[in-house]
Amino acid sequence: MQQPLFSSVDEVVERLAGAGYLASNAVATTVFLADRLGKPLLVEGPAGVGKTELARALAQATSSELVRLQCYEGIDEARALYEWNHAKQLLRITAARDERWDTTREEVFSEEYLLPRPLLTAIRNAEPTVLLIDETDKADVEMEGLLLEVLGDFQVTVPELGTITAARRPLVLLTSNATRELSEALKRRCLFLHLDFPSPELERDIVTLRVPELDVRLAESLVRVVGALRGMELRKAPSIAETVDWARTLLALGADTVDEQVVRTSLGVLLKYQADHRKAMTELRLDSLLDPASP
Amino acid sequence: MTGEALPARLVEFTGALREHGVAVGPGETVDAAAAVDVLGLADRARLREALAATLLRRSGQRQVFDALFDLYFPAAVGKSEAIDATSDTAPDTVARLRDELVAALAAGDAERLRALAAAGVDAFGQFGPAGEGGSGGAAELSGWSAHQTLELVRPQALLSRVLQAMRSGGAFERALAEQQARAAIAGFGEQVRAEARRRTAEVRGRDRVARHAVPPPAELVPFTSASREQLEQLRRTVQPLSRKLATRLAARARRARRGSVDLRRTLRRSLATGGVAMRPAWRQRRPGRPELVLLCDMSGSVAGFAQFTLLLMQALADQFSKVRSFAFVGRTDEVTELVREGAREPENLAARIMSQARLTRWGTNSDYGESLDTFVSEWLDAVGPRTSVLILGDGRTNGGDPNLPALRQIAERARHVYWLNPQPEGLWGTGDSAARRYARVVPMYECRDARQLSRLVTELLPG
Repeated sequence: MQQPLFSSVDEVVERLAGAGYLASNAVATTVFLADRLGKPLLVEGPAGVGKTELARALAQATSSELVRLQCYEGIDEARALYEWNHAKQLLRITAARDERWDTTREEVFSEEYLLPRPLLTAIRNAEPTVLLIDETDKADVEMEGLLLEVLGDFQVTVPELGTITAARRPLVLLTSNATRELSEALKRRCLFLHLDFPSPELERDIVTLRVPELDVRLAESLVRVVGALRGMELRKAPSIAETVDWARTLLALGADTVDEQVVRTSLGVLLKYQADHRKAMTELRLDSLLDPASP
Repeated sequence: MTGEALPARLVEFTGALREHGVAVGPGETVDAAAAVDVLGLADRARLREALAATLLRRSGQRQVFDALFDLYFPAAVGKSEAIDATSDTAPDTVARLRDELVAALAAGDAERLRALAAAGVDAFGQFGPAGEGGSGGAAELSGWSAHQTLELVRPQALLSRVLQAMRSGGAFERALAEQQARAAIAGFGEQVRAEARRRTAEVRGRDRVARHAVPPPAELVPFTSASREQLEQLRRTVQPLSRKLATRLAARARRARRGSVDLRRTLRRSLATGGVAMRPAWRQRRPGRPELVLLCDMSGSVAGFAQFTLLLMQALADQFSKVRSFAFVGRTDEVTELVREGAREPENLAARIMSQARLTRWGTNSDYGESLDTFVSEWLDAVGPRTSVLILGDGRTNGGDPNLPALRQIAERARHVYWLNPQPEGLWGTGDSAARRYARVVPMYECRDARQLSRLVTELLPG
């Protein structure tokens, strides 16, 4: 058992805050457990709640290297684990015309011709590592099988080289937007964290941390509007990053209160669909100025 | 709690979760115990998160988990600490409680709201013979009722007073305040229910309360009996499912596209490896767009299901580029436009479809024979070799002719036809149900709740 990264949940909160990430109770507790129990952490939730950001902050807080595997449809072993550098191998073979085949064969399957991909990189790294497997739900089911094997034992077998075991277990974070149900087997190996939009207080703190020039009172009413928007059934609810963008916009506009005029002109920063825009305008009664008949 | 009691409590707790449809295996229980071991029991909020992280596997389970957690790991016994701490200000009449509630809601004071919920249940929620948890018959009949408390307090009726207390200026401010106040009032109701469950559990025993008073997760509520609130939750569950369905159909198209080698690009690529074609390049084709035709029963016998059907229709219309929706009762009519327009105002969509589309000749009984017949004679060109057809209905013909040839005709033209039936499989073919006969023509699946739908989408549909 290697030395744990954190000694208490409070330490997780503290060090993540030092890296610019304000962790909720749920986040801090699960991160602490993932580290202590040596299990991968599966983070699920809507887009823009800071799943990827958490990995980045963790790497910074623990001065680890961040290795990122971005999943996509059709990603395979060669892209995730390792690959042989065929072009270089062929060059080597052509260059060694007079050499005996046995020697050449030994030679071309050596470290020099191996192209490590994120999973192998993370496993071989002797330094502390945070391995981020991003958008796992985009990958095919076969890929999950590979992940199971790698995350279960933290070892990889390259037929020509033998088995490579992790020198140091990386802290693994998997993220998913839940567009596809991940396999039960994978879920069982992981701790599960459902990351949702933060509480108004936490979001206000995040905004003031990121945009320190912003007045606290202004941040509060800004978060209130964002909260109301998230309460509606929108096609895409505004993410934390968009709240922060909006705060910057208000700052640039020189607004000192969040009134209907300000919201109406800058709503585009928060909402990216025309239909959402229209819905927000009616529900927040932003169109009342145009229509003097309504109260 | 002592160290020895904990494993037993944990096992009881996981048993209760299992009874509520949350699949928890022994492996998870062991993980949970390990988590408690490294974390300790000092902090209840953290204990809750630790158990959630180790025991849960999907997001929709959290509500059930929280309700059961409060039962098995209660914050307090007897009266809530919250009331004791503020006992001198604890309201004793309904009017005073309502006044305090208005103030707390307007100020957004979460701590005070929780205390008021506890105080409300304590003062007005008790029913049955009083007494501190006697045994036998008396205990069976007594308890604390959230319903009774909320009936008296009527927090919903406080909305205008809360808004007044918030004193917001313009229309925008008012709208914003209203959103907030509504959410806070709903939250208060939830707290009252939790408190009543907790106190009742002390009298009647945890297991009984866990079994009867904790509602099942949204994914297990049958579509046909979902309440308005549950439908709202279902909408949230169905939304990602439709996206899943769309990506699945698209993914399949992509895989089918692979197959033929693009010789020119393969040779070009082989230059890098000294003329040896190491990696073949596959011919790429323009992506084909999957088309979807929905055929939905809107008759009285499946009224609840029709609600869900509408949810699914709308969700799918968002995800596919080409979806045509048809509704039928006694005959079929196209409702694609109505569904698209209804995206903005989903509440009355069902009523609008019933009034604007020509769905019946007479009565509200479904006539599958006639409906399939009108579809085949008027709209069959909507179905082509790239179309998947989804039929949603119970297949109860009210004694009429099931018109199997029409269904066969649709199945021959379409790429796939799937039939989702909201009735349990055991009832198919009983009474006036022609489900079994239809099932012989096209694959039919029981689809009663969101979990079954999710299983259908992820495991069965891609064929």
